[in-house]
Amino acid sequence: MRNIKTIFLREIRAYFNSPMAYIFLVIFAIINGYFFTNTFFLINQSDLRILFGIIPIVYLFFIPAVSMGLIAGEQNTGTIEIITTLPITNSEFVIGKFLAAFTLILLGLGATVVHFITLVYVGTNVDYGALFSGYFGLALIGAAYASIGTFTSSITENQVVAFILGVFVVLVFYLMDKMLLFVPSGLSGFIQYLSVEYHLSNISRGVIDSRNLIYFASVVGFFLFLTVQSIEVRKWR
Amino acid sequence: MTGLSKNFGSLEAVRSIDFEINDGEIVGFLGVNGAGKTTTLRMITGFLIPTGGTVYVDDLNILDHAYEIQKQIGYLAELNPLYSEMSVYDFLEFIADIRKIRGKQFKEALARVVEQCGLKGVVHRTISNCSKGFRQRIGLASTMIHDPDILILDEPVTGLDPNQIVEIRGLIKELGKEKLVLMSSHILQEIQVTVDRIIIIHEGEIVADGTNEELMSNFMGNVHLTMEVKDATIDSVSNIESAIPSVKFLNSEPKNGHQILHLEYSRENDPREELFKFAVDSKWIILSMNPHTANLEDIFRSLTVTGGANA
Repeated sequence: MRNIKTIFLREIRAYFNSPMAYIFLVIFAIINGYFFTNTFFLINQSDLRILFGIIPIVYLFFIPAVSMGLIAGEQNTGTIEIITTLPITNSEFVIGKFLAAFTLILLGLGATVVHFITLVYVGTNVDYGALFSGYFGLALIGAAYASIGTFTSSITENQVVAFILGVFVVLVFYLMDKMLLFVPSGLSGFIQYLSVEYHLSNISRGVIDSRNLIYFASVVGFFLFLTVQSIEVRKWR
Repeated sequence: MTGLSKNFGSLEAVRSIDFEINDGEIVGFLGVNGAGKTTTLRMITGFLIPTGGTVYVDDLNILDHAYEIQKQIGYLAELNPLYSEMSVYDFLEFIADIRKIRGKQFKEALARVVEQCGLKGVVHRTISNCSKGFRQRIGLASTMIHDPDILILDEPVTGLDPNQIVEIRGLIKELGKEKLVLMSSHILQEIQVTVDRIIIIHEGEIVADGTNEELMSNFMGNVHLTMEVKDATIDSVSNIESAIPSVKFLNSEPKNGHQILHLEYSRENDPREELFKFAVDSKWIILSMNPHTANLEDIFRSLTVTGGANA
């Protein structure tokens, strides 16, 4: 547990000691702000539905960018040799890394609270429940994407490759819901269950069902498990 | 360790290596580039899993107890990877934290390694702004922060200037008094002056193992003696073998009116005293007498250039 914290804090510091975190936070805020305010005063609705629709799309590129260096960078500079020869398990290492990326994503999400405040001031009949569950859903989807990004970062030592693979896998999860037409009807229920959108839409409607929570927990668990395995496999080559 | 081996695909990097090291021993791992030194060290530290065989540390098997073994080992990797965006202090604190050295203990450990590795003045510098020599010492400091029983140093003195090399050498010797130190190098002189015992590895196999002296006596041929003498008659020269049986006469050549004699004798019985008496009796005047013993370098060359196994 303590080791996870050590890895986590080192990684957070690494984010903020480089331009990475600032660039991420600022651009994330600008893009979301632009798309939100663009239409917010035109449509005359007291909700953040537009924001909640945009953020998952922005995530598609931003989260793989945040996570691409997590492990690929260590493999590239060779510092992975320090880590794997220290008395620390691969799981502690991977979880610490994942939590660091996830924290940065939460900070980015936190920056959009400014729109929420705008809404509270200018809006009427604000549905706080829906807003809360909307943010909750975005946090969950951020965790799922971050676990995918952590995994793609572990299978290569090239950060660009990690990024591209990350975008691809995240995109597959994102689009699964929209590709149901092309899937044999017998499989469509299954594919739909795998899709991120399906679970997110439930949550953003305010229905926080244990099935949806289990789904996100399993996605995160599955990809972190793969990450641990992929680091372990390096020792055997 | 027993029957340790490692294959990379079809390449056999290390083939069935066996050796045992005890506390208080400084062992040098010597071999040309690509001999399998780093691969072997990486298997000992748990960075690579052996294809065959295993490593034991105090009866603990690396395959099952990597975590416990890694607690006792301090490992300096060959390329000395460091988190270059961190400050020296933060980096050492990070390593110490994982080693469960915190608070007051860390302050003490930090003071110790800063002193030992000569890091005073750079503690709060960012690692990327440190010179190669300092980076090497930072790496060394990070391997010693938990005062490990076993130090594994892969080419510890690369990139250091001669003064620093002498310092680090002294440090390694000091540490080796109570700890087990296993260091690798492809620089023979380095190994020779630092370690108690040398293991020469070539193409993934151990070709020699012993102290400096043992290696010398095992692998060295006869001593070749060059004598420059004046007033040596042909008769007296041809008598030399019968007068001193342990000497073998090779040939002689004239030089500036003197004679250069090439002689050979085995290392155990040094006949130089008798040779001197013989020369006096034969009324020679000895101008010089130079024995040439093969040195470790010759041994290393013969072992690693010619394939070595039967040298």
